[in-house]
Amino acid sequence: MAPHHEKSMNLTEYAPGQDQLDKIEQILLTDLIASGVHCVLLIDFAGNIIAQGDDGRSQIDVYSLAALSAANFGAVEAMAKIVGQEEFALLFHKGETGSLYFSKVNNELLIISVFGKEIILGLLRMKVADAILKIQQIWKST
Amino acid sequence: MAFINMKNKEIQAKIVYYGPGRGGKTSNLEYIYKQFRDRIPSDMVSIKTHGDRTLFFDFLPFDVGKIMGYSTRVQLYTVPGQVKYDATRRLVLKGVDGIVFVADSLAVQREKNLISLKNLQINLAAHKKDIFHVPLVLQYNKRDLDEPGIPILSLETLENDLNRQLKVPSFPASALNGDNVVLTLKRVIALTIASFQKRL
Repeated sequence: MAPHHEKSMNLTEYAPGQDQLDKIEQILLTDLIASGVHCVLLIDFAGNIIAQGDDGRSQIDVYSLAALSAANFGAVEAMAKIVGQEEFALLFHKGETGSLYFSKVNNELLIISVFGKEIILGLLRMKVADAILKIQQIWKST
Repeated sequence: MAFINMKNKEIQAKIVYYGPGRGGKTSNLEYIYKQFRDRIPSDMVSIKTHGDRTLFFDFLPFDVGKIMGYSTRVQLYTVPGQVKYDATRRLVLKGVDGIVFVADSLAVQREKNLISLKNLQINLAAHKKDIFHVPLVLQYNKRDLDEPGIPILSLETLENDLNRQLKVPSFPASALNGDNVVLTLKRVIALTIASFQKRL
């Protein structure tokens, strides 16, 4: 095993400021939870939860959901590349009473929305797209 | 890639147990899960094949407590050890902060340990990380097999094979009995936290 003496090129940790996290959480609440989403998580692709919001009734194991979602999204991206696509833009799992919608924010972040029958998928997609634009702006400044 | 939440004073870090198939990575997490049920906020997640082998990963969030005023949670993952699941291993390594390499002490597994360690180096490089700079601990598992007389590698052989260049902390262990499982975990957590402590 040949040693490499150059340091790792990417940052091994990051920390957005309190002000930025406050703004992101506010977006999750006003754009998504207020529209009828039960629980929303902003996670990174390592499976860490960056910000979250819920309707106060949701009792979800968010840590496991974040870990599985990051892995699932990574697996789907790898599948997309195998069939010659850069990515699959829409990732949606429909259940009888609850569903999951995954949206990529940028190369680091992913939004997971847990929702029921109170909101239709088309509206949710619009709301998530709006939230993503706002979060991208805030994230750029971290 | 650890996430430091300045707002909630919280740190999340990712530690991955890596190593050859059937080496005892899942057994490590199962022991930790049994011993520290009160520090683990949810059930252990395992994605397995029908033959009970790890297909994707095992996942265990572990509450370390406060470090320099920050609530610290480490997310423990295993990778599937079987050679064919290399793409999955690479995915699980994304954003890794610390690694435990679980080597198999069985004499017949000597070559597989070497292949798996080399594979770790390659997969880390795919994430632009260098095995010589990542917080890493070696665990020589299955030391308990010595007593029933099953041929196992000496610690000197394992050190020479795997740790000659790396020179990282290493522990003989038995994940089945729990010997040195917690010590391994403590050491990798300490190394991981120390690697980004300057930011706190």
